[in-house]
Amino acid sequence: MDFQEKLVHDLVAKHGTDRENLLPILQGVIDQERFLSEEAILKIAKEMSIPAADVYGTATFYSFLDTDPRGKYVIRVCKTITCAMKGKNQIIQAIENFLKIKVGETTVDKKFTILQTNCLGWCHKAPAMLVNDDVYTELTPESVVDILREYREEN
Amino acid sequence: MTTTKKQLHRIDLIFKNEQDCKEILRNALARSNQEVINEMVNSGLKGRGGAGFPTGLKWKLTAEQKVDEKFVICNADEGEPGTFKDREILTRVPHKVLSGMAVCAKIIGARKGYIYLRGEYKFLVPNLKKELRRFHDILDELGLDFRVEIFMGSGAYICGEESALFESMEGKRGEPRNKPPFPTEIGYMNKPTVINNVETLAHSYTILKYGAKKFRELGVKDSRGSKVFSVSGDTPIPGIYELELGMSVQDFVDDFGDGDTKAVQVGGASGFLVPRKRFGKTSIGYQGKLTGISLPTGGSMMIFNSSRSMYNVLNNYLDFFEEESCGQCTPCRVGCQQLLKGIKAVKRGEKPASYLDKLLKLTDTMKLTAKCGLGQSVANSFSSIVENFREEMIY
Repeated sequence: MDFQEKLVHDLVAKHGTDRENLLPILQGVIDQERFLSEEAILKIAKEMSIPAADVYGTATFYSFLDTDPRGKYVIRVCKTITCAMKGKNQIIQAIENFLKIKVGETTVDKKFTILQTNCLGWCHKAPAMLVNDDVYTELTPESVVDILREYREEN
Repeated sequence: MTTTKKQLHRIDLIFKNEQDCKEILRNALARSNQEVINEMVNSGLKGRGGAGFPTGLKWKLTAEQKVDEKFVICNADEGEPGTFKDREILTRVPHKVLSGMAVCAKIIGARKGYIYLRGEYKFLVPNLKKELRRFHDILDELGLDFRVEIFMGSGAYICGEESALFESMEGKRGEPRNKPPFPTEIGYMNKPTVINNVETLAHSYTILKYGAKKFRELGVKDSRGSKVFSVSGDTPIPGIYELELGMSVQDFVDDFGDGDTKAVQVGGASGFLVPRKRFGKTSIGYQGKLTGISLPTGGSMMIFNSSRSMYNVLNNYLDFFEEESCGQCTPCRVGCQQLLKGIKAVKRGEKPASYLDKLLKLTDTMKLTAKCGLGQSVANSFSSIVENFREEMIY
């Protein structure tokens, strides 16, 4: 059994095969692999005995259930009104310059992906971003680079 | 610019540090269901997520269903732009929310509850789980057969719409259902379900502790009690504030504005933009006040000063709606796309200014024909911005 097979199998064993467990299972795969590959979707469909089209259809509805390969750290910069007013563009610019990729792209070492997202709920501390599940607020072009440098230099 | 600041009265009920939820629960559970329902109805509490349905009535209607299995769901899918108060409530006073859920469960006859937490707030989970363990111990002690679980969302604004939330919990695309039937009859897993906003549940704790009468002393007719507001934008003091309902936008701006406030967005992107000339004539609360215009809000208050382009604001909202529309019904899916394309075309001069009137008609159609609140409410911000700031849309 390869890693993904075991992952899916364990998640389905933990949550159950009923349809209402699909989201937690998809989320569990995202936690480990950062995206839902076609293989993962097929394995989930098989283990849960539901059509792969249903799994794929459900996954693609949710912005956090990516079906494109993502880096180890997914950066989601809020682009909704207050963050946009408080300098979101400069933050994006600083991240793009630092990582040398554009929004929507992943670094060659597969460590970072930059995305924009809708309201994160930190409007009073804008601009804000998520790095996977961690929240960073009141960003400046300098602070965002410091934060990402720490992620890059870990290990 | 110098202004003499008039401060609105700050209320300290929701966030008050009260650790007596065992006592509150014990007392509430000892009362008859009818008594508690009456208390809730008499309080005048209306849903704090924004829609404003009377909470007591919701509990009563669900309690009346003769079905074995029922559910209580706490809607923590806080996604409306400019809203962030539910996270604060769940961080600081989660036990009040849980107490509200437990009392509701006892009254309607539910053994299972869920907190549907937006994916963006996943970092709250460890703390919430700790709270849940403590809370379940209290329930065991009091002999109430009720358990609460956390269900995580995955980044979809529309799942804050109650029926879309049920679909999501059932493992499906978060596409809203037709109503009726309402959740009080057919909700999660097609069972009668009470679904309340985080803040609504926290208020129910206050009502159970201090009584309906005390709660009613706050606010105005048809808009009773206090409300937690999320204040952001061009303000020197952004943050979370508990204020009385019924205040005028002018009083709000005098307190929170930066002295140069041009407009206030009440109720997030799905709410209304109030321009300076209407500050005095508009109040914050539910419909039904005797004079003037009263605007409901889930608590989102976004302030714009005169440096802001209202075209950019509308463009940002439409970009949001176009992405967050679930795509299920045509008026919303195509409507949002066309509105966004339309205002850009007018701005670039590819369409005449009169095209804005066509777009306004389109929002009327969406209001009438979209399946859920998302598509229906795009008209609110669109018309209030285009009608009040037409020049900014064109030049």
